[in-house]
Amino acid sequence: MLVARKLTLDERLRGVDTQVRSGQVTAICGPNGAGKSTLIRLFAGVLSPSYGEVLLDGERTADIHPRLRARALGYLPQEPQIAWDLSVRNLVSLGRLAHGDTHAEPVEAALEAMDLHDFAQRPVSTLSGGERARALLARVLAGEPRFILADEPFASLDLGYQSALARHLRAQASEHGRGVVVVVHDLSLAHNLADRVILLNGGALHAEGAPADALSPGNLRDVFGIEARWLGDPGAQVLAVRK
Amino acid sequence: MNRPTLVLLAALLVAIPLSLVAGRASIFALDDARALLIGLELRLPRALLAVSVGAGLGAAGAAMQGYLRNPLADPGLFGIAPGAALGAVLSFSFGYAASGWLLPIFALAGAGGAMALLALMAGRGGGIALFTLAGLMIASLAGALTSLVISLAPNPWALSEIVTWLMGALTDRSWADVALAAPLALAGIAVLARAAPALDALTLGEDAARSMGVDMDSLLALLVIGVGLTIGSGVAVAGIIGFVGLMVPHMVRPFTDRRPSSLIVPSALGGGLLVLVADGVLRMLPLVSELRLGIALSLIGAPFFLWLLLRYRRSGALGLT
Repeated sequence: MLVARKLTLDERLRGVDTQVRSGQVTAICGPNGAGKSTLIRLFAGVLSPSYGEVLLDGERTADIHPRLRARALGYLPQEPQIAWDLSVRNLVSLGRLAHGDTHAEPVEAALEAMDLHDFAQRPVSTLSGGERARALLARVLAGEPRFILADEPFASLDLGYQSALARHLRAQASEHGRGVVVVVHDLSLAHNLADRVILLNGGALHAEGAPADALSPGNLRDVFGIEARWLGDPGAQVLAVRK
Repeated sequence: MNRPTLVLLAALLVAIPLSLVAGRASIFALDDARALLIGLELRLPRALLAVSVGAGLGAAGAAMQGYLRNPLADPGLFGIAPGAALGAVLSFSFGYAASGWLLPIFALAGAGGAMALLALMAGRGGGIALFTLAGLMIASLAGALTSLVISLAPNPWALSEIVTWLMGALTDRSWADVALAAPLALAGIAVLARAAPALDALTLGEDAARSMGVDMDSLLALLVIGVGLTIGSGVAVAGIIGFVGLMVPHMVRPFTDRRPSSLIVPSALGGGLLVLVADGVLRMLPLVSELRLGIALSLIGAPFFLWLLLRYRRSGALGLT
């Protein structure tokens, strides 16, 4: 369990108390500037809070050795630039860095899980957007983290790639028992993918809980200023926004 | 050991003995005693110094390119070597150069200081343009301060000594210079090699590297120490030799898997080879006075840099279009 306690960073995030669990997909939602990226980066230990703390199974992550923390928490930054034209396999094996080994097995497993075996030797510059997103996620998986923290992994993907990536993330939670935390802009995607939603507004926690509760029409009105309601079947919900 | 490392090591082992016979005086035409004297007391230390200086430049260039995520980074262009030169020139003007160890210490401090300044100015999520501009500013600032110190030189002999030394050369060097520079350069390369895994992590940016357990402060410390040792020691014995740190990683990179960590040792070997060969060729050129090594390498390096710029512009990488 990953717990945020009174998590604060300047004006960007103010006193957020929340938690994410293993085996679940948690979506972090909210308007621009709500503090979504700040929260996930604080969870990952990329940023340090000005007040409050993040606890991993009761232990302050700030007190855990960075390499041990890195083994537990796999962070996928938002659309990272890949500075050097590595092969897909070398990119994925970066995920083993915190383990200090070049252990082939988890790298191969991650390539397999993301259907990248045929691409393993290809330079990353030759990949399509969807393949690139899978390669970057495979890098995180190769580290065998207990939590996957992904900042807007769907941002530049078309619908087909989005749903493929959502399936992969879902499988990581339900089949491998990992905690998956994603920052998502698309509320329908969040509703259908996540077990729990953390709704932020102006750097504070507005609501959290099951998607239907956290993303209720009332909350959407308060946070986004829209009149909307959910249509469709469970697992295939669509947000209908009234003009 | 990867393949470029082996190939370059083999080439270096062939080139060092060859460089002993390179020069205007053919050692085969001399009697044994003189041939031995020229070979062992002049050419061998000079060859080893060329390798040491070049290796430091190559490794520092590779490490800086990895750290700054910028394939155009170069210790000379980005102000590290000029920083070392400023330190060294200060020690000249204080009259410290006479006491063997102070000049290199000043040069090391100058190089390390310039590297720290560059990282602090451009280190927080700065783009390639910011790094490049910051590096160029440090280079011109260090250059201006160096000129200032030179213009305040106490006497014409000091002045000419400093200016000649600044041009970068390996003439008239002795075993004492090798004993000074080689261990420092080697230590610097070892420090940079230690930073290599963290440089790999930086491929995905600073946030990703942090999340992979990289401590950015200790990485910066390793870079400052490693670049300080390699460039400082090189500048202390040979003045400013530019563009080696830019050219060598570029020439080596296509033969590696392109991870920064795969590049540091081959770049060190390649840098050693380039400076050794360039120095040997210059020795044999039929010119009235020998062309200074630093000038010659800049004459090759500057067009190379322009060619790189054009290539990146065409490919649309680096946002230079």
